[in-house]
Amino acid sequence: MATTPMPRASSARIHVNVDGVDHLDEVEPRLLLIHYLRDRLDRTGTPIGCDTGNCGACTVDLDGVSVKSCQVLAVQADGCRVTTIQGLAGPDGAWHPLQKAFHEQHALQCGYCTPGMIMAARDLLRETPDPTPEQVRDALEGNLCRCTGYQNIVRAVLAAAAELRRQGAPEPRGQAADVPQASGQEAPA
Amino acid sequence: MTDTTGMTEQARVREVGRARTRKEDARLVTGQTTWTDNMSAPGLLHVAILRSPMAHARITRVDATPALEREGVVAVFTGRDLAEGLGSLPCAWQVTEDMVLPDHPPLAVDEVRYVGDPVAVVVARDRYAAADALEDVWVDYEPLPPVMDLEAALADGAPLVHAHKGTNHCYTWPLVSGDYESARAAADIVVRRRHHQQRLIPNAMEPRACMVVPVPATGEYTLYSATQIPHILRIMMALTTGIPEQKLRVVAPDVGGGFGSKLQVYGEDAIMLALARALGQPVKWTESRSESYQAQHHGRGQIQDIELAATSDGRLLGMKADILADMGAYLMIITPGVPLLGAFMYPGIYKMDAYDFHCTGVFTTRTPTDAYRGAGRPEATFAIERTMDELAAELGLDPLELRRRNWIRHEEFPFTTVAGLTYDSGNYAAATDRAVALFGYQDLRAEQRARHANADPVRLGIGISTYTEMCGLAPSRILGSLRYAAGGWEAASIRVLATGKVEVITGTSPHGQGHVTAWSQIAADALGVPFEDVEVMHGDTRVAPQGMDTYGSRSLVVGGIAVHEAALKVVAKARKLAAHLLEASEDDLDFADGVFTVRGSPEASKTIQEIAFAAFAAHDMPEGMEPTLNAEHLVDPENFSYPHGTHLCAVEVDTETGAVAIRSYVCVDDVGRVVNPMIVEGQVHGGVAQGIAQALYEEAVYDEAGNLVSGTMADYLVPAAPDLPDLVTDRTETPSTSNPLGVKGVGEAGTIASTPAVVNAIMDALRPLGVHDVRMPCTPERIWRAVRDAAHDKAENSRKGDAS
Repeated sequence: MATTPMPRASSARIHVNVDGVDHLDEVEPRLLLIHYLRDRLDRTGTPIGCDTGNCGACTVDLDGVSVKSCQVLAVQADGCRVTTIQGLAGPDGAWHPLQKAFHEQHALQCGYCTPGMIMAARDLLRETPDPTPEQVRDALEGNLCRCTGYQNIVRAVLAAAAELRRQGAPEPRGQAADVPQASGQEAPA
Repeated sequence: MTDTTGMTEQARVREVGRARTRKEDARLVTGQTTWTDNMSAPGLLHVAILRSPMAHARITRVDATPALEREGVVAVFTGRDLAEGLGSLPCAWQVTEDMVLPDHPPLAVDEVRYVGDPVAVVVARDRYAAADALEDVWVDYEPLPPVMDLEAALADGAPLVHAHKGTNHCYTWPLVSGDYESARAAADIVVRRRHHQQRLIPNAMEPRACMVVPVPATGEYTLYSATQIPHILRIMMALTTGIPEQKLRVVAPDVGGGFGSKLQVYGEDAIMLALARALGQPVKWTESRSESYQAQHHGRGQIQDIELAATSDGRLLGMKADILADMGAYLMIITPGVPLLGAFMYPGIYKMDAYDFHCTGVFTTRTPTDAYRGAGRPEATFAIERTMDELAAELGLDPLELRRRNWIRHEEFPFTTVAGLTYDSGNYAAATDRAVALFGYQDLRAEQRARHANADPVRLGIGISTYTEMCGLAPSRILGSLRYAAGGWEAASIRVLATGKVEVITGTSPHGQGHVTAWSQIAADALGVPFEDVEVMHGDTRVAPQGMDTYGSRSLVVGGIAVHEAALKVVAKARKLAAHLLEASEDDLDFADGVFTVRGSPEASKTIQEIAFAAFAAHDMPEGMEPTLNAEHLVDPENFSYPHGTHLCAVEVDTETGAVAIRSYVCVDDVGRVVNPMIVEGQVHGGVAQGIAQALYEEAVYDEAGNLVSGTMADYLVPAAPDLPDLVTDRTETPSTSNPLGVKGVGEAGTIASTPAVVNAIMDALRPLGVHDVRMPCTPERIWRAVRDAAHDKAENSRKGDAS
């Protein structure tokens, strides 16, 4: 075992757009995206529920795909657009239909899993605008909730799906990133 | 409504009983949360904890020098370093006079007793540096034998968890009523069964975290902790650390679930206070999930030997319960008391003459156990409901019919049970009839018979659980008689502000239960103010200085009643002031919808908001009345709360693969009057989910060396959405007679009821195949093996029969 301090890891420069705001940062290559969001950017709306990628509490949207942000390195988000629960409401503050449905259907109790649950459900509804209850359950398999037993979560996702269809504006899948990468550049020592 | 005021106002809709959506949700669905790990403070240092990799060992050397040399590391502390300023962690429940209570240092000093026992702490400038440095704290361990088996642990010469105590026997606690031996002698039938309550890991979605912010100049400390019990924690931390109670503020910010796991006084809280004191700087620690599996207390962990004595027509005469309870390595806040919370519930809803209960607590080299949703009562309910089904099978009676012959009838309430509790109200027949109708009981039975006749490889089974439970902890005098250290009261204060808006301060500490919404409903009704005008504050000992916190399905039946009573006190004071201002007698004032009106002179009226301003201005007060419109009330409940209900579960068991599918699940719960039916339904959903999880999925598995094998969320099966069924829920409403709102607790009921319903259903499906028991969790492998073994036994018996 080493008795001397580990050599300092090199840092990398990244350019990430988080909830509409551009960030240019230097990060350790091993820094997890969730820690970058929470500890560096103070975007604490997305919580951490496990260390094995099982619970899904940290789910965010990375260039149009939902990811568990504890399973992604911050450097992998270079040149990407990240949307978290904090960036989901409209510019006027109007809640996303999923946020509204979770509230109306009592699909949360402690609320710790809710950000990830909503972000994962949003991903499902982009692919499958009119899901069956079974499809909702299967799609949320990677997001654990300990309070609700999931019944009202399923109800809420179905209600939000109906509302999104009514609005007739399925959200487009994220396009190729329009955020320029900063990667490949070593930060000055 | 006749308009007597000249206004066209509609009568207020009563808030209690309305499915109000929750005030809590707005922050939670938008990510504007205050989880403890979200918090920071100037100069914050991060803490990581080194934990024992061995179940039992002597610490012979700790060398922190290499860690201290690492970049970013500020300090390293061992148990010895902190021993002077920290007392033993508290156990508040000395269940018997001779209970063995070992010292429990927050950081191990010279011996570790479970995998996960904390050994050293690293303080660093960021969380990565702290975690990295754990690798460079060198600890030499001299292995000692693990103690894993409850029965072997009690044998003479067994290796000891706490050698200086000379025994692994913690206590034996008896509850004896009537003469069981006579009942047994008089019985036509005695069924004896052994049930195993596996260890469970509570798994609140938010792992624990704590942050301490000191003010060195004044010796003040603020402890932010993901806890269910800020008030109890404050007292216990004052005692453990020596920080004077008045200098210590405890805040439970947003807390992401608890289920009992955060009803605890953990060593980490004490360690963080000690570090902040030593360093004079804010410190924060956040646990990883895998760390939490070892370091948060576990639940259940019992072996139950149950005997039911009955007549041939199925009348219960007596019950005997001998329990071995796994304490784990140390006694935490109520570790030894958890089985006692169940002790009174083994007779369930049934009448009998004799009851003989003994529980023996046993030390093992595992993570300590303590309260997990239901705490003692799920174990008791499982024991009686599972064994009732076994008795029904042996008597050839329908299990519902056996229950009907023995349960307390509606007209017999209040009823004092053989265990000595007085159940205030209930209607078991009504709930059962409703459940049977919703379930289609007779049709399912017919289908079951047909499938059996056809030797269908997928069998249908029907499981019944007619449960009650004692909750609403608790009458202080009873807690005292059980040797619990504290009381069971709850506090509330209400301030009607100068502008007529209302602040409710509650001593309960919600972490998902919706108290802000429900207490708003209660206060709005009593005060006659709009729901939206009420703000509920909690979870900070500076804001809500008194309280006994949230656990044991107590919040509504104790804390909610305190809010109601405090509001009535406010109204009583307002009435006096209104009478003074209206120059009327108090007796001549009507109070409705927030307006005092002089009877017979409808034009003479004052709203409660007007009274609040008058009390604030205090220009014209009755003689001796204090300014402002505030009141405080403390409630000590007169009895426990006894929700009950009937849960029916139909499962399909594939005898070729062992797979279980829940086909339908009906629950009819009676939780008395309901404040918010939406919240109640949510509590039932979540509670049932956790009970199903015990029946089918979850177990904290240890190997023989004492390693927690199910040590990560990848290895421990917390059910996900596809693993759980949709429930059919309904209610009957038999008001409690023990409190003015007629309400009963609901938080734990689903968990208590559901586990035996599911396992009874599985056994009902497999009994015709000769299967008599499957241990929980009833995994496909266990079921498959049980079916195979039964078939093998049958073949063996028939071979022997042929040979003779």
